[in-house]
Amino acid sequence: MTTRPLFEARQLACIRDDRVLFSGLDFQVQGGQVLLIEGPNGSGKTSLLRILTGLRNPDEGELVWCGTTVVELAALFYQDVAYVGHMNGMKDDLSVTENLKFTQALAIAALSIDEGLRKVGLDGYQDTPIRYLSAGQRRRLALARLLCTQKRLWILDEPFTSLDKASIKMFESYIEDHVAAGGITIMTSHHDTGLPAHIVQKIELRP
Amino acid sequence: MTTPSLLNAFLSVVRRDLILAYRHRAELINPLAFFVMVVTLFPLAVGADVELLRRIAPGVIWVAALLASLLSMDALFRSDFEDGSLELMVMTPHPLSVLVLAKVSAHWLLSGMPLILITPLLAAMFDIESDVIGILFITLFLGTPVLSLIGAIAVALTVGLRKGGVLLAILVLPLYVPVLIFASGAVDAAAAGLPVSGQLYMMSAMLFLAITLTPWPTAAALRMSLS
Repeated sequence: MTTRPLFEARQLACIRDDRVLFSGLDFQVQGGQVLLIEGPNGSGKTSLLRILTGLRNPDEGELVWCGTTVVELAALFYQDVAYVGHMNGMKDDLSVTENLKFTQALAIAALSIDEGLRKVGLDGYQDTPIRYLSAGQRRRLALARLLCTQKRLWILDEPFTSLDKASIKMFESYIEDHVAAGGITIMTSHHDTGLPAHIVQKIELRP
Repeated sequence: MTTPSLLNAFLSVVRRDLILAYRHRAELINPLAFFVMVVTLFPLAVGADVELLRRIAPGVIWVAALLASLLSMDALFRSDFEDGSLELMVMTPHPLSVLVLAKVSAHWLLSGMPLILITPLLAAMFDIESDVIGILFITLFLGTPVLSLIGAIAVALTVGLRKGGVLLAILVLPLYVPVLIFASGAVDAAAAGLPVSGQLYMMSAMLFLAITLTPWPTAAALRMSLS
């Protein structure tokens, strides 16, 4: 890791259906930190995350990744970003390995697929089509996707949905590892996280 | 930092779509069955006048191919949009236009190619002369990829709508007309024993323009549909 990555938001605003969800939002996250976005349903958490991934344009303000605006970086920004949204983005009819292979083909590979699966406890499911996996297993597969590609910025939208306690712990420990290696994680969660308080920065959105 | 290979990304998108299609073989038959049905129903409807059938056959085959292509277009981005894999495809360091081109190529291999391959059989059914069949074959080869590429723009625009079917047809059909005119013009000229190179050059030009220009608006439309 050369320099510590830095992600900045300047005066972000999001307007949806003539309603201002948030405006004038500023934050800075450095490598080694987790940014936890909190707020009740409908307060714009998912919209904010989609703006941070660049899938949605902010109505005002700009995002800066390591000194360059995301608009200027365009596709280069995505060398560093991994996103886990509400949908897992996996093909039901492809096997676990085929899905991960496809993900790796579009990014820079980190762990091997077998190793990634072992780390999330899905070893032995290599050839199972996704449609036969439970919701929790699919979520763990999304985690394996993060581990199998080399990305510095993880953006996670409710990553713990449908995971059991042990899996949440496991997920959190990998988030800690990622952050300890100099990465950044930005996430929303309704659960209380067990992440150590000194690495967590919180933002609260109010409707 | 090393960038992942673009060619590799292109090929893996094509391969993924071909594997997915293979696992849904039944759906592959739809456009082909539609094409064969429309073409075979025509002689039954207009009567067994060989001269008449021979004259209208190229037009019938082309219109049926065009509609079959339109019918299959809607599925191009639908499932990727619904399960979120389109979002992940947008979020790669690769230019989205190249990945779009890969998806359209796979789609054409699966929907356009079978139509072209079965055309000589249908043309023989209409008793078209063999050199005219050759020209018909070439126009389909040059024309159907253009249909897929242009259609992709409209599909990308309508993929976020729940009922985009009719809108898709309205958006796309006017853009399909030039292809249809030049293709049937070429086949007519061939049947009359006239040179066809003008029309074929024109269609080749359309094909190369479509390959180089349509992926950008398609990619832009996909980004709009996702935001």
